[in-house]
Amino acid sequence: MSLTNERIQQRLNEKFPDQLYNWQEPYGMLTFTGSKEINLKVMQFLFDDEELNFRFLSDLQAVHYPNQVGEELAVVYHLHNWVSNVRIRFKVFTDIKQPDVYSATALYQSANFMERETYDFFGVNFIGHPNLIRILNVDEMDYFPLRKEYPLEDQTRIDKDDEMFGR
Amino acid sequence: MNDHILLPEGSIEKQTTTLNLGPTHPATHGVFQNVLELDGERILKATSTVGYIHRAFEKIAERRPLYQITPLTDRLNYCSSPINNMGWHLTCEKLLGVSTPKRVDYLRVIIMELARISDHLICNSIVGVDSGAYSGFLYVMQFRELIYEIYEEVCGSRLTTNIGRIGGFERNFTNAAFEKLEKFLDDKSGYPAQLREFENLFTRNRIFMERTIGCGPITAERAMNYGFTGPNLRAAGIDYDVRVHEPYSSYGDFNFTIPVGKTGDCYDRFLVRNAEMWESLSIIKQAYQKVQAFKGAEAEVYHADVPAYYLPEKKDVYTKMEALIYHFKIVMGETEIPAGELYNAVEGANGELGFYLISDGGRTPYRLHFRRPCFIYYQAYPELIKDGMLSDAVITMSSLNLIAGELDA
Repeated sequence: MSLTNERIQQRLNEKFPDQLYNWQEPYGMLTFTGSKEINLKVMQFLFDDEELNFRFLSDLQAVHYPNQVGEELAVVYHLHNWVSNVRIRFKVFTDIKQPDVYSATALYQSANFMERETYDFFGVNFIGHPNLIRILNVDEMDYFPLRKEYPLEDQTRIDKDDEMFGR
Repeated sequence: MNDHILLPEGSIEKQTTTLNLGPTHPATHGVFQNVLELDGERILKATSTVGYIHRAFEKIAERRPLYQITPLTDRLNYCSSPINNMGWHLTCEKLLGVSTPKRVDYLRVIIMELARISDHLICNSIVGVDSGAYSGFLYVMQFRELIYEIYEEVCGSRLTTNIGRIGGFERNFTNAAFEKLEKFLDDKSGYPAQLREFENLFTRNRIFMERTIGCGPITAERAMNYGFTGPNLRAAGIDYDVRVHEPYSSYGDFNFTIPVGKTGDCYDRFLVRNAEMWESLSIIKQAYQKVQAFKGAEAEVYHADVPAYYLPEKKDVYTKMEALIYHFKIVMGETEIPAGELYNAVEGANGELGFYLISDGGRTPYRLHFRRPCFIYYQAYPELIKDGMLSDAVITMSSLNLIAGELDA
């Protein structure tokens, strides 16, 4: 029996009743959101459960939504079950004023660099990370460049019309 | 170690040496820094620093229309940029819901597998160079040149290819491209003969085997936990390959096997890459046969019908109004892309290359993240080289196929 998205949703809802929400399936990938307090519990369950068996962390990154007050930063985990070949996407949202999220490094070694990268660009403070320092940017940098308040183009330039690119 | 020798307190033999391997060490083939703690020649501890050539692609991509992001992907793994380009096109096509004609898929497969070969042959011959065997590198290099000539026939450039467009290719393959492909595939004088000779030089070479067997090994479980993908993971014994698990670009139409190793050491990685080159050659041959089977009008198909994203031909731009409109909309980046969120992965030459794209319906992605396989498996490097010799660290690094451009994005 192959693992379907409905089955994953059912198993997760049994284990975490009313704690996971916003279930979607964009382009076939099961996507759901949980509160940031339970991110490790959900991933531990997904990792340990013999049926779900999500043992591979494909990708981890953050997204900044400046208009969602109170949950500006989303940390997005892409998990992959290699046996049944199913991918899921798990999101947690956090307040940008106190962007503390539990680190997944104890579960996945691969989260180490990815969380450092996410910290480097978005300032997400991963609690429990062994070495949360900047990775790609210079150590002296005092801001988080991928946040939306830092526009790419130099704002002092007047020879470029911003309306051309919509953003 | 050396417990039988009684050394006085503070003697120089009890001290360790700190050595900077990189950032511009000739043996690291790229910008990598590793601060090594050495006891003699034995590595006690390694600390990797990355980010020397970070170019903020993810930020730049937030201001670029889709087709202008393709040249950014070139610069990730620049040894096999066509795979990155195609991966990006496939991601866009998935977002836009475009289905490509079979001929386009097969032509893409040919280009992607050529790119895989060009990447693997560099990696494997560099392992040879780092272990003291330079000639293999020179032997296979002429065939990378031939691959680059094929790219040149198709898209006009060689290293950073910007090959293809959303929906297909910018122009049909010329006869010269197919002739060069046949020259490359020729069993007597082409790459297969050269690869056999390369394998003769290395695979059962006593010096090479003793140098690489047991060097930088990783277990399957650790490799999975460290996020390994691609040949490095398969060398550890897990047969995960995106081409098979989620076939894209009609990979399901081809017969090929996934080579796997056992120990995950440098030698197994070398063997897996060599075997993958044979599989790639077989895929290219199958794809070329399928391409040749198209006759008449079908043999002229080289792109899907996506006028809003596919740059029209110049002769149409000058004569047809719609083509002119689309031309300007595309060039000025004024096409709105549908809102959506998707993760699309392709099997890059060194692992799963993923594109996580969020669009809010504007003209540019809201957020684009590249899952670069190098970046993720590089964090295992300190563990791989620990307790080994300094010279083993060098060949471990080259056999991991680390590409600085992909590492730093």
